[in-house]
Amino acid sequence: MVDYVRQLPEHDAGLRRGSRTAVRLRLDLPLLLLLLALTAYGLVVLYSAADGDLGAVIRQGRYFVVGYLVLLAAAYFPLVRYQRWSPWGYLGGVLLLVGVMFFGVGAKGAQRWLDLGGFRFQPSEIMKLLVPMTVAWYLADRVLPPRLPDLLACFGLILLPALLILQQPDLGTALLIAASGLFVVFMAGMGWRYIIGALILALASAWPMWAFVLKDYQRQRILTLLNPESDKLGAGWNIIQSKTAIGSGGWSGKGWLDGTQSHLDFLPESHTDFIIAVLGEEFGLRGVVLLLALYLLILLRGFWIGLNAQSTYGRILAGSLTLTFFVYIFVNMGMVSGLLPVVGVPLPLVSAGGTSVVTLLAGFGLLMAVASEQRVIGQ
Amino acid sequence: MAQLITLKDTRRELRSYGGRTAVAILVVLGALFLIFLRYFNLQVTGYETYRTQSERNRVQLQALPPKRGLIYDRHGALLAANRPSHILSLVREQVPDLDGTLTALGELVFVDEDDLEAFRRRLDQRRPYEPVPLRFRLTEEERARLAVNRHRLPGVVVDAQLMRHYPQGELFTHAIGYVGRINEREAARLDASDYRGTFHIGKTGIERRYEETLHGEVGYQNVESNAHGRVLRVLDRFDPEPGEDLGLHLDSTLQRVATTALGDQRGAVVAMDPETGGVLALVSTPVFDGNLFVNGISSREYSALRDSPDVPLFNRAVQGQYPPGSTVKPLMALAGLEAGLVTPETMVPDPGWYRLPGDTRRYRDWILRIRGTGHAPEVDLQMALAESCDVYFYDLARRLTVDRMADYLAPFGLGSHTGIDTTNERPGVLPSSDWKRRTLGQPWYPGETLSVGIGQGYMLATPVQLAAATAAVANRGVFRVPQLVRRIGGRAVPPAPARVIEAAPETWDAIHEGMRAVVHGERGTAKLIARGLPYTMAGKTGTAQVIGIAQGEVYDEDEIAERHRNHGLFVAFAPLEAPTIAVAVIVENGGGSTAASPIARAVIDAWLLRGEALAGG
Repeated sequence: MVDYVRQLPEHDAGLRRGSRTAVRLRLDLPLLLLLLALTAYGLVVLYSAADGDLGAVIRQGRYFVVGYLVLLAAAYFPLVRYQRWSPWGYLGGVLLLVGVMFFGVGAKGAQRWLDLGGFRFQPSEIMKLLVPMTVAWYLADRVLPPRLPDLLACFGLILLPALLILQQPDLGTALLIAASGLFVVFMAGMGWRYIIGALILALASAWPMWAFVLKDYQRQRILTLLNPESDKLGAGWNIIQSKTAIGSGGWSGKGWLDGTQSHLDFLPESHTDFIIAVLGEEFGLRGVVLLLALYLLILLRGFWIGLNAQSTYGRILAGSLTLTFFVYIFVNMGMVSGLLPVVGVPLPLVSAGGTSVVTLLAGFGLLMAVASEQRVIGQ
Repeated sequence: MAQLITLKDTRRELRSYGGRTAVAILVVLGALFLIFLRYFNLQVTGYETYRTQSERNRVQLQALPPKRGLIYDRHGALLAANRPSHILSLVREQVPDLDGTLTALGELVFVDEDDLEAFRRRLDQRRPYEPVPLRFRLTEEERARLAVNRHRLPGVVVDAQLMRHYPQGELFTHAIGYVGRINEREAARLDASDYRGTFHIGKTGIERRYEETLHGEVGYQNVESNAHGRVLRVLDRFDPEPGEDLGLHLDSTLQRVATTALGDQRGAVVAMDPETGGVLALVSTPVFDGNLFVNGISSREYSALRDSPDVPLFNRAVQGQYPPGSTVKPLMALAGLEAGLVTPETMVPDPGWYRLPGDTRRYRDWILRIRGTGHAPEVDLQMALAESCDVYFYDLARRLTVDRMADYLAPFGLGSHTGIDTTNERPGVLPSSDWKRRTLGQPWYPGETLSVGIGQGYMLATPVQLAAATAAVANRGVFRVPQLVRRIGGRAVPPAPARVIEAAPETWDAIHEGMRAVVHGERGTAKLIARGLPYTMAGKTGTAQVIGIAQGEVYDEDEIAERHRNHGLFVAFAPLEAPTIAVAVIVENGGGSTAASPIARAVIDAWLLRGEALAGG
């Protein structure tokens, strides 16, 4: 492994005394502060979405504590180790997915979990990190931009877990995982002609996808998106109610805890996937813009980390993780506002739920490991 | 050429990565701007629309059904009450799986085919978000089971509503009618907004006739409710106007006495206050319980009532049309006296039969069968009434002719609706040659006049008509329309304007005297009830031949025999000097008037003797 190591001054100019601890813990202080701000904002909204139930906030707070501990650990771990262990992790993950296929437990017709003695574990979650890590591992030692055989190998690495997850069935996660892998390939410099070719192929396969791959409920979701009024009380209900919630918030919102749509239970899933509707209703467009600004700053910091990464592995992984985070934001906010079909994607770090918080924060830990790679190597 | 480039070109890699990052940042900025535009579009451009929609979501207009007016008897005893009943309803919009929910409910509460059918009918006519009732009158146990399972039954609502209850059960069903669930035809006829939230409507009797008064006016409230339809708070409210209470002329005691006196016989009793026209008792037997109909009678119970040979659903008091028989004779006497054809002293020979001039056929007097002769060689008016002499009235009828007879009898209310304030009243038949030509297309035969003269033939009258006519006789010609309702709310209902039947005082005296002799005379046809009578009663017996049952119908021998027996009738008023009650009684297949007269006495006793007891005490 030959890595180009950029020579940087021993001490960054902007390092203040408080950041010394961060450096010692190999944390990226700006990113951490942004994440903490987002977490706080999210908990405030959750308190309202949970109808003033402090218990729900405390429960979610506990997930965050776990998540930030995972982040700390993930950030402290040297990046080279991640790189070395990526393929083994991938192999283990795929085996677990196969295990889910045979021994999995599920809910609502989907088989997604492994039951480990009372503790439920969703292997597809860790694949969200393992797939981009493995694709990055594969490409790190190759000549970049990747050539066709390498591209095909990467697609193979991406497709195997994606298909395993698709059959659970969990279209949302499968697409997210596929995207996170593809982002690695994209950031590695996959040729534009391949990208355009792949896009044409994707469009061409839209009809067979519609006809053979998509399940009835998924087709229904797309149809509902196109015309939510067609099924006001069924599938269209969620979208109509969330649009109503957001729209009725106006510029400045109805005020914290005063959203009628959410507090009168018109809003479905108000504390999980549809929490942005609560935020939009109670804090208005101002609140939405604040959230978008926080997200944008996090994304820019992610890209900055990628640009300053010391190794190919860290670079393309950082780009992919950042883009994946963006996809969460875009899909969730688009879906709740009726721009995209309803796919089970949470609003990152705001929606209630333990697994996604832990996975996301682990990803940010990984990103920080990329950021501190230079110093680790320096040691 | 590709083969040659095998070494990693880090500089190129970095350049490429920078380019890709730039593209990625542009895409991210573009996409987030798109998201911003979307939210701007919803929250700024579409604000008004969505705010309105959210208000509409939140605020619902709810109907507040008015409390139905109560019905009391003349002494304030409650005849029709309202009591809370728990209703199981579904809000279709909030039920994700209707069939599944109905199945689940079927396991928790008793729901039969009738309920489901009615539910589906109502479901078609509902407004959005309106609870559609499935079951009425949930038991406490059913309510508990529903409460426990509430969480898995979204859209299922249990609430209490006031429902009609008849505390006296079957005693007053024919007198006041009953309410039932609004059916499709009624729903089409009604002003839908007046009946929002109301499931019941008067079906028969006073309940129907006074529907508007009893119903009241619907109120509304704006409520904030959640998506499950649960009301969280009331924003504003327009109270419903409760229906007005009705006070009736009916006297519970009289009603009970009359019902008991009829016992298990089929028949009817109508008692009136001649002074006001107020109906003191209105009984038809067999009785049935109106409460059965309030919540939807089961088809089994309904067929039992409908198919019973005793036709309990038939209100004999106003719907039953019977030949009045000899009870019509006092009116005939009036016609004869007023027409100048007879005087009280006129004597008519009575061999026990009568023959039309130029005809050989003998029209027999009822007494001929018993004594083999007439009542007496010659009969005067008083005797003719007291002993119910047919020959006397055959002769009078012939001389009077049927058409003039009709002219004299019509003012007593025969042949037309009396106008009593209930439903389903039948007009009876007061025949005339004109009537026969009109309805049967046949000429009138003189022999038929004789039958009509003794209340047979084509003549038919309802018990309420007979009571009203008797009251008019008691009143010396002041005819009052029978009235059930005495007070509406706090206001007294003025009696309908009286119709005066002009006749000489001597005429009334003669008729009263004759009717007194029916009860108190030595050979009066009702003398058996005179024993121990502490007041003077005037009455007239009657026997109506049953022409009824078609040949070949399958009944056992006894049954046929029983149903071929004559109807017994009796009309009476008392006290003769200043009448306060007039009664008409009919006992179907009672054999003769002796089945009817003791019932009349029981009713009049109950009325007059209690009055005395009250005056004395």
